[in-house]
Amino acid sequence: MKLIKIDKKSLKEGIDKLKRTHSVFGPVREKDEFEFKALGDADMPDFSFSNTRMSPKAIVYPQTQLMFTYSLNDADDDCRILKEVPMDERPRAVIGIRPCDALAFPLVRRNFDTPEYQDTFWVRTYEATTFVGLACNEPCATCFCTSAGTGPFGKEGLDVLLVEDGDDFFAEPLTPKGESLLETAGWTTEAGGGAEEKITSMAAAANEHITSAVSFDNIKKREILELYDAPFWEEEAISCINCGTCTYVCPTCWCFDIQDETFGKSGVRMRNWDSCMSPLFTLHASGHNPRTKKHERVRQRFMHKLKYYVDKYDNGIQCVGCGRCVRLCPVNIDIRSICNKMNNFDPEACKCEVASS
Amino acid sequence: MTGYTEKIREIAARLLTEGKVDRVIGFRKGTVPMMNQPHYVTSPAMAVELIWDSHCGLNLANYVTDSKERIGIVAKGCDSRNLVTHIIENKIKRDQLVIIGVPCTGMVDRNKVCARVEGEITSVEETDDAITVSGNGFSKTIAKTDVLRENCAVCTHRNPVIHDEMVGEPVAEQTGVDAYASVKKVEALSPEEKWNYFEDLISTCIRCYACRNACPLCYCPTCFVDESRPQWVGKSQDPIDVRTFHLLRAYHCAGRCTDCGACETACPMGIKVREFTKKLNKDCFELYGWEAGLTLDKRPPLDVYKTDDPDDFIR
Repeated sequence: MKLIKIDKKSLKEGIDKLKRTHSVFGPVREKDEFEFKALGDADMPDFSFSNTRMSPKAIVYPQTQLMFTYSLNDADDDCRILKEVPMDERPRAVIGIRPCDALAFPLVRRNFDTPEYQDTFWVRTYEATTFVGLACNEPCATCFCTSAGTGPFGKEGLDVLLVEDGDDFFAEPLTPKGESLLETAGWTTEAGGGAEEKITSMAAAANEHITSAVSFDNIKKREILELYDAPFWEEEAISCINCGTCTYVCPTCWCFDIQDETFGKSGVRMRNWDSCMSPLFTLHASGHNPRTKKHERVRQRFMHKLKYYVDKYDNGIQCVGCGRCVRLCPVNIDIRSICNKMNNFDPEACKCEVASS
Repeated sequence: MTGYTEKIREIAARLLTEGKVDRVIGFRKGTVPMMNQPHYVTSPAMAVELIWDSHCGLNLANYVTDSKERIGIVAKGCDSRNLVTHIIENKIKRDQLVIIGVPCTGMVDRNKVCARVEGEITSVEETDDAITVSGNGFSKTIAKTDVLRENCAVCTHRNPVIHDEMVGEPVAEQTGVDAYASVKKVEALSPEEKWNYFEDLISTCIRCYACRNACPLCYCPTCFVDESRPQWVGKSQDPIDVRTFHLLRAYHCAGRCTDCGACETACPMGIKVREFTKKLNKDCFELYGWEAGLTLDKRPPLDVYKTDDPDDFIR
C-alpha cells in the first residue's frame, strides 16, 4: 500500500494548486451546519464536521438540472429542436467526502450508467469527478455504515482516502485518478514506516464507535409480495407526514421528474429531484393515482431501498448507512427499525396470529 | 410536567377501556435524542407507550383531519387551538374528540440545544425547568427557558383552550412578552433590507414541504404547488418558485395560524418559516383583534364579511 503524508500546513497550498485545474468542492460551515460547496479562491474545506446536513449527491446530480432549451418561434431555424444546455465539464475534485457518501456514487451508478442506457448528464459529471474521502475517526450514534456495505474507513467509491492524524493527513491513493490528483496538488511525500499499522488501528477504533446496525439477509429470501403485504406498513407510516426530507437528504435516492417550462416563445427542459413520498410522484396523466395512501408511499420507499434494489442488483441495499434520514425525519421514522422489522418478518407466524385471534 | 406521562397513560388506558375512543393520539419516545414520534394507541395495554416531555413540538391536530373515528388526543395549548380551528373549519367534529389537555411550559428547540455543545448528544434527561444533555466526554445542564422554541418563548396560550381531560393544573400564562417582536424588527427594515432578509431566510430551502405537511392548516386535497393542471408554480429550485411557495403558503394560513411552531420544528434545514406566518398573525391581531383558535363561537375574520371591517390598507 502506498501512503502519502500531507502536513496540514501544506493543505492550502495543494488545494490552491488543484483549483487551477479543477472545480474543488468541500465541506463548509453555513448557518451552523455543514454543506458541500464549490470552494471559491479564498475558501478552504472545514474538516471539523461529522457530516454535512445534505448529502454531496448534488455535486454530480443537482436538485434542478437544466437539460435542454428550445424555441417555439417559427421564424427560428431551430424551432422545436431541443438544444443541450452546455455543462460544466471541467474536472472536479470533492475533498473530504465521507466514505458512506462516497459509496453512494457507485451505488447510484448502477441506475444511471448501465450497458443499455447511460444518463449522460450524470455520467459525464461523475467521470469528471475525483473523490477524495475523509475517514471518520468519530462516527455518530445514527451511523450504520458497517452494516450497509462500507465503514468509517471504507474505500469503495473513492479515488483517495484521507485519514486525519494530529497535524497530518495520511493519503492513500486508490485509483490512477487519485494518484494523479495527489501529484497535481503536490502531495507526494511518502509516509514513513508504521503508517499502515496506525491506520489499521484507527479504523478498528472507529468501527467500534458504530453502535447501530441493520440486517437484511432474510429480506432477500422473502417473496416480494410477502413483504409488500406485511401487516406493519400502516403502523410504521402513522407518523409520516409525506414530506420529501428523507428522499432529498438521502445520498442514494435518485428519482427525478422532468419538466418543461415555457416562457413566451422559448423554454427549458429540466429535471428536478422527485420524492416517492409525494402523491404527485405517481399521479397519472389520466388523473388516476395508484398510490393514494401514505402507507403505500412509505412502503414504496423502503421496499425500493431494501427489497427491489436488493433483488435487482444483488449488491446489498440501496442505503449507505449515513443516518441523515434518521436524524432529520421530522417524525422520527427510522430506517434502521424498519429494515430490521422487514428482516425479522415471518409471514407464517403472522398467519398463525391472525388464525388464532 | 414530569408527572404528565403517567397521567396521559392513565387517561388513555381509561378512555380505551371504557370504549369512549377508538384510538388515542399522543407521542412515543423517539429513536434519537430530543425527537418524539406521533403515535396511535388502540388498546389499554398500549397506553404505556405514550410519553410527554419537552420534545413534543409537532402538532397532533395534524393527525385528526377528516377522521371518522372517535379520537382521544393529547393537546398542549397550541394543539388545542388547532383543534378549535379544525372544528370550525369542519375538519373534525367536536363530539368525535376527547381532548386530553396538557398545560405546557414550552417545547425545546433541538437546534438551539445542539448549538450549545460541542459533540454529538447521545442522551437527554429533563426536570421541570432544565435539560441535561450528554455525549462522549461531556454533560451539560441547560435551563429550558434558554433553549425554548421561539414560538414557545413568546406564547401566551400555554393552557389548552378546550379540553375534556387535563393532565395537570393549569400553568401560569406568560405576561409581558412581546409576541410580535420579531415581526417588528423586520417591519423596521427598508424594502431592500427586507428583500435580502427573506432571501437569506429561505436560501437553504429544498422544497421538501415538511413545513407544509407538519402544519394542521395545510389539508387541501391538492396543494397549489402540486397542481399540474394548470401548474401554478414551477418545481425547480428557481428562487421565484421557492419564494412563491413560502409566501402563498403563509397567506393561506392568515387568520388561522396558531403559531404552534410545527413548521419550524419539522424543517430539516432550520429555516425560520414562522417569520412569514407571524407577520400575518400580527396583522390579524391588529386589524381584527383576532388570534386563531381561541373560541368555537366566532368565525375567523377572513371567512366572514362585516361592513365595519378595516379597509385602510386598501390603497
